[in-house]
Amino acid sequence: MSTTTTEALPETTLLRFATAGSVDDGKSTLVGRLLHDSKSVLTDQLEAVERASASRGQEAPDLALLTDGLRAEREQGITIDVAYRYFATPRRRFILADTPGHVQYTRNMVTGASTAELTVILVDARNGVVEQTRRHAAIAALLRVPHVVLAVNKMDLVDYRESVFAAIAEEFTAYATELGVPEVTAIPISALEGDNVVEPSATMDWYGGPTVLEHLETVPVSHDLAHCHARLPVQYVIRPRTAEHPDYRGYAGQIAAGTFRVGDAVTVLPSGRTTTISGIDLLGEPVDVAWTTQSVTVLLADDIDVSRGDLIVPTKDAPATTQDVEATVCHVADAPLTVGHRVLLKHGTRTVKAVVKDIPSRLTLDDLSLHPHPGQLVANDIGRVKIRTAEPLPVDSYADSRRTGSFILIDPADGTTLTAGMVGESFAAPDPVKDESDDDGWDF
Amino acid sequence: MTTVAKVEEGTGSPYALSHLDALESEAVHIFREVAGEFENPVILFSGGKDSILMLHLALKAFAPAPVPFTLLHVDTGHNFPEVLQYRDRTVAEHGLRLHVASVQDYIDRGALKERPDGTRNPLQIVPLTEKIQSEKFDAVFGGGRRDEEKARAKERVFSLRDEFSQWDPRRQRPELWNLYNGRHAPGEHVRVFPLSNWTELDVWQYIAREEVELPQIYFAHEREVFQRSGMWLTAGEWGGPKDGETVEKRRVRYRTVGDMSCTGAVDSDADTIEKVITEIAASRLTERGATRADDKLSEAAMEDRKREGYF
Repeated sequence: MSTTTTEALPETTLLRFATAGSVDDGKSTLVGRLLHDSKSVLTDQLEAVERASASRGQEAPDLALLTDGLRAEREQGITIDVAYRYFATPRRRFILADTPGHVQYTRNMVTGASTAELTVILVDARNGVVEQTRRHAAIAALLRVPHVVLAVNKMDLVDYRESVFAAIAEEFTAYATELGVPEVTAIPISALEGDNVVEPSATMDWYGGPTVLEHLETVPVSHDLAHCHARLPVQYVIRPRTAEHPDYRGYAGQIAAGTFRVGDAVTVLPSGRTTTISGIDLLGEPVDVAWTTQSVTVLLADDIDVSRGDLIVPTKDAPATTQDVEATVCHVADAPLTVGHRVLLKHGTRTVKAVVKDIPSRLTLDDLSLHPHPGQLVANDIGRVKIRTAEPLPVDSYADSRRTGSFILIDPADGTTLTAGMVGESFAAPDPVKDESDDDGWDF
Repeated sequence: MTTVAKVEEGTGSPYALSHLDALESEAVHIFREVAGEFENPVILFSGGKDSILMLHLALKAFAPAPVPFTLLHVDTGHNFPEVLQYRDRTVAEHGLRLHVASVQDYIDRGALKERPDGTRNPLQIVPLTEKIQSEKFDAVFGGGRRDEEKARAKERVFSLRDEFSQWDPRRQRPELWNLYNGRHAPGEHVRVFPLSNWTELDVWQYIAREEVELPQIYFAHEREVFQRSGMWLTAGEWGGPKDGETVEKRRVRYRTVGDMSCTGAVDSDADTIEKVITEIAASRLTERGATRADDKLSEAAMEDRKREGYF
């Protein structure tokens, strides 16, 4: 028995990331190598994969079987749905949304990217930037994934030449920057040989950057929240009504953005009533300050009407409420979304009736061209929509807040999740330099 | 009452939550969503570590108010006595209401038949799903984690089940951001997995941090066991040992707690939570791969049971 103590296992941080790339780009091999080389594949899992591979007549264990968990996926040898994988290093814990690369599964990449703080986009060094690469970059940009990694794979098949890597990295970075992707890290790898995935490459000494794993371990996991608009969607009202707590009335929720402090002047939306924060409980313990993404319970100085679905915001930094929402959406259901469609819209903790007033355009991801008035959006389509809601909603621009700028549309008849929506402009401005004269206090 | 940001060197932001705080916050958010959107939720509670952790998180989520959910235990009739004692003690301590669905009752009145291999785990499906229907539960919390098994890796946090409690993995709702969709028709229900993103090690680290009490069978102790299908099973009236199987006294502990007929013990000297964590961190076997017979039945055993209504 080892004498190691739990001090060897400190609490670390959590990074959620997603992978994108078609099967031929070596995504399964990269995921397999990350799991395998970080010693996250356990013996019985590997044995099960070896057994299953052998029974299919394959000579080498097929690491894709580690992630393809459904009978239909194994039968067809394809990934049809997002799989979540977990691994850890001493520096960080990782949740990997392993998303299928085929174009018909755009909705799955959107699903994976919606919670990701980083996306790894794979390209084959022999093919360079192709349509599929641009599509993946566009989705990462639409979903405002803060960090994008370009993994130029199969460097072993181009003699590990720096010029090949440099050309691809330059072309991709230019394209991604144009889309408003804030940060691109390009890494030349060979997932098959293990170059620059977990271990630095012995053959690419011209490359001075981090390996994929090193980068995953060190990339910052959240923004500087000091400049974020504070937002708390009220999930549930906690009223014990016990002898010990006869008058306790707390508003529970997960802070969607920014920071709240005891004493802050706040406004409750959509009613617009104002008060101050008299206390914050962090899961039973009183605190002075709390920030995203902590689940808290806020106590207010005045006894005003607050219920599930309301949004608590700083009085000096409240969003406008509106019944007309214009957004970029990805349609995720099999049945199409049409003009006149009556839907439910879930935004934060509030679900309201809504109607699709207009579908001004559909986006072609391959070349980012706009197809005007398509009439409907079908599964995997990305387009602009105008929605009228039955009640005013305090929506932020998705560019400002991924939490309070996002929503889903639900079919009221059968509960199907129809559409993922992002309020405001589709892509960030190509020029990251902010025009100070135009600053209305909403940029950060 | 000052909060200190937990900062790890190199993470860049003073506002980065530790991984356990992030997982805790997410689970609490899920509990509160269910409390806000459903009429009659229930927590599946077996007295195993994952369900104990769920209850602990639910208690924190609604503090200082009581947990607004009842508990449901599917009693296979082959449960570990220590675990049943723990269950009843916990229910009493927190003033909770416990529903029990009993496999033994179904067998006694001929509604279920004992399997030839003596495993009762698959038999839980009928009592579980009938209880959900008769009590009209509309949300059922399970302690399932995606790291446990490859079919569970495909599970949503909110997972719609039809009126027969069936899971259809090809017709799952995409789950975007943290906007969980709990819509369901009468008769349908939603399985909710607040621990989806936790790993076995996260669970143990969190239990250690929060000093949550567990049944003693999780820690190394002397026990009479016998070997069947490569696993050390607890000897007892439930059906072992049979002819050709011999009882030995060994120093063991359990990594999962389920039915005695299919839950194996592992040889271990880990008699404290610190030693358990060290042992798990060094283990090259998954908790289910090592000790659960029910998952070894076929390559898709878990998927097939989940389709039928298993949790």
